[in-house]
Amino acid sequence: MPRTQTILSRLSIALTLGCLVVALCAADWLQFRGPESNSVSPDAPPPAQWSDTGGIAWKAELPGRGPSSPIVVGDRVVVTCSSGTKQDRLHVLCFDAHSGKPLWERQFWATGRTLSHPSSANAAPTPASDGRLIFAFYSSNDLVCLDLDGNLKWFRGLAHDFPHAGNDVGMSSSPLVIGDVVIVQVECQGDSFASGVDKLTGESRWRIPRPREASWASPTVLRGATPPQDLVLLQSPSQITAHDPASGQQRWAYRVACDGISSAVASEGTVYVPSKGMTALKSSASSEPEVLWNAPMLQPGAASPLIDRRNLFAINRAGVLVCANAADGQIVWRVRLEGEFWGTPVLAGNRLYCISQKGKGQVVQISDDGRRGEIVGGGQLDGTIQCSPAISDGALYVRSDQHLWKIAAP
Amino acid sequence: MRRCFYFRGIGLAVGLMAGGLAMAQSADLAPLLKTLRDVDREGKGHRAASQAWAELTRQCDAHQLPAILAAIDGASPLAANWLRAAVDTVAERQMQKQGKMPIAELETFLGQKQHDQRARRLAYEWIARNDSTAPDRLIPRMLDDPSLELRRDAVARVLTAAEQALAAKDDELALTTYRKALQSARDLDQVKVVTEALKKLGHPVDLAHHFGFVQDWQLVGPFDNRQGKGFDTAYPAEAAVDLSANYSAESGTLRWALHHTDDEYGFVDLNKALGKHMAVVAYAVAEFQSDRQQPIELRLGTESANKIWLNGKLLSSAEVYHANGTMDQYVGRGELQPGRNLILLKICQNAQTEAWAQDWKFQLRVCDSTGRAVLATDRAGPRTTEPQTAAKAAQE
Repeated sequence: MPRTQTILSRLSIALTLGCLVVALCAADWLQFRGPESNSVSPDAPPPAQWSDTGGIAWKAELPGRGPSSPIVVGDRVVVTCSSGTKQDRLHVLCFDAHSGKPLWERQFWATGRTLSHPSSANAAPTPASDGRLIFAFYSSNDLVCLDLDGNLKWFRGLAHDFPHAGNDVGMSSSPLVIGDVVIVQVECQGDSFASGVDKLTGESRWRIPRPREASWASPTVLRGATPPQDLVLLQSPSQITAHDPASGQQRWAYRVACDGISSAVASEGTVYVPSKGMTALKSSASSEPEVLWNAPMLQPGAASPLIDRRNLFAINRAGVLVCANAADGQIVWRVRLEGEFWGTPVLAGNRLYCISQKGKGQVVQISDDGRRGEIVGGGQLDGTIQCSPAISDGALYVRSDQHLWKIAAP
Repeated sequence: MRRCFYFRGIGLAVGLMAGGLAMAQSADLAPLLKTLRDVDREGKGHRAASQAWAELTRQCDAHQLPAILAAIDGASPLAANWLRAAVDTVAERQMQKQGKMPIAELETFLGQKQHDQRARRLAYEWIARNDSTAPDRLIPRMLDDPSLELRRDAVARVLTAAEQALAAKDDELALTTYRKALQSARDLDQVKVVTEALKKLGHPVDLAHHFGFVQDWQLVGPFDNRQGKGFDTAYPAEAAVDLSANYSAESGTLRWALHHTDDEYGFVDLNKALGKHMAVVAYAVAEFQSDRQQPIELRLGTESANKIWLNGKLLSSAEVYHANGTMDQYVGRGELQPGRNLILLKICQNAQTEAWAQDWKFQLRVCDSTGRAVLATDRAGPRTTEPQTAAKAAQE
């Protein structure tokens, strides 16, 4: 009996420690809108207030511009920038997440078109990572793979390969890693395509033609029952399609006018696409998804919608944060925010973090029953902010054209 | 005395050995550098290059940076980036070890203007990160450097000096200094600063002349571009340029018509010149007299789909509508022949009805690869009180 008790006791301690380790292990924020492309963090929420006198753990200078968002890989924060009179200098920077100390920087020369509207920059797409490798993508359609220590694994110039790929307004679609494939969407009036690139070698696994229309939306993952059943969603101004990420093979298509900037989000087999307001599609094995509902009042602005299990959130062009029931699209509550929003808000716990283009952060607390939302805090950051924040280990990471901040409790 | 020669002899031997060692090391790098230079489209050569890159950065020390930088000469844009990343990685590790950077070797590389201009700039940036005196020592003599980034820094210093002269109310010195900056400036933002200052000083600059914008055109249109089909339709005006020809079109008989623009950035507004039309094609022709055979760039700015020909040869084609028209947006590289040359443009408007999609205009300039204007020999002088522009000075 004592022996059994000892074993049970040890097992209990081991389980407790195991749970503790899992609980302490912060989730990485590996790509645009987080690990599930839904802008939701499983981590504890960052502070609800920040200012120059509190809540900001560190602030680092950046050498160039970029609407791209930071990502967090373990204890490293990775950011891209672009600089130069022609925006042809591409930067990848890595910072220590604890101290903000710069760990390394790599620069590259753009091989594609670097022009963009003055409000954007070459470093518009957010980099992605699989936890071991970093994939930095730019408006010039240059795709760089580095390891976590800044060692180059490969470099692709997609516009060098396809010279009519580009958009002088700027391109902003962010790459997505699913399995062993990095998926990029290069949709424009010239050479328009999506491609799956082998993440280890940089070789093309597949390339499929896309409509010759300008699009700024990013690919999204639609999780399957098992990883091999995951699909990638490609949104264009005239359609949204689902593909096998390993082969690019199309699984279904829905021909409809979609937003050119705000990107779809998916949860539990349902795709919420910014189209005619917002349209919910049930993915299926057939060649076309089932339309579940359409909500014209849920039209997002430039920011993408986000979803937790029961609620769908979108910021409209008037700066109103709208919460709707994900099951039927019915609006549950609205909160008027201050400012214009390019960055997609992020959710941790019951808090939504919304940062306006002018750097005004507004934290919206959602009631436990999900029926109400109210602004409970925020803070002001200087400069133009177009990124979507990253959340990891209870910290919020935000970047402007000049700085990268970590907002965290002391 | 004999002892002195003895030591000198030892020094020379050591020097030769070191030099020989460096050469041997560089020779060892050659296969690795070649592997990196061999990368090609669609990821071709990546597997070997990835291993070579790791090996190169593992075995290289900072003294071999000039060899890697030199490998950028003539490399493809893809290979240049693999090599650049190696330079940065080796240099960064050297700094993290607090080791000395080979400033002298890098400065030698920087001074050799035949090297790739981006590689020279990269060498300069690593010099400057390790030697705070570098900007003051090196940049002032780079006012006419073939590297536009180095030249830009030098122009910025001259602009600062001009502003200081203005602040000191020494208008004569400010005028001279701004003119000096104008001769070297290639970037639009710097040229704007100079020309605004010169205007205030009572010496306006003829910008169209300075940049080499073509101001005299023959225009014809509109031809049909419904469903975008006109872009790839070779209308008779395109198939054989005959400025005396008449063309039958839906809107009637079309003829070439002279058009002169006084716009300081050389814009030709087709909505005004040919009337407002949707889903149409216009052609523009300019004759350009050159006193010699010379490589040039035809740089076009337009929000419309376009094609550029020089003497019947297609140099550039872009079927893109309303995507942020900008100066020097499309570049066609060609060669002027002695005597008369013919520049032909095709400028297409689509059927978009949005207010922001109504522009139908273009600007075109002729320049060298650094952006310096190349002027037709029969072009009139600048409309300015400036004695001569940079371009004219360069040609003279």
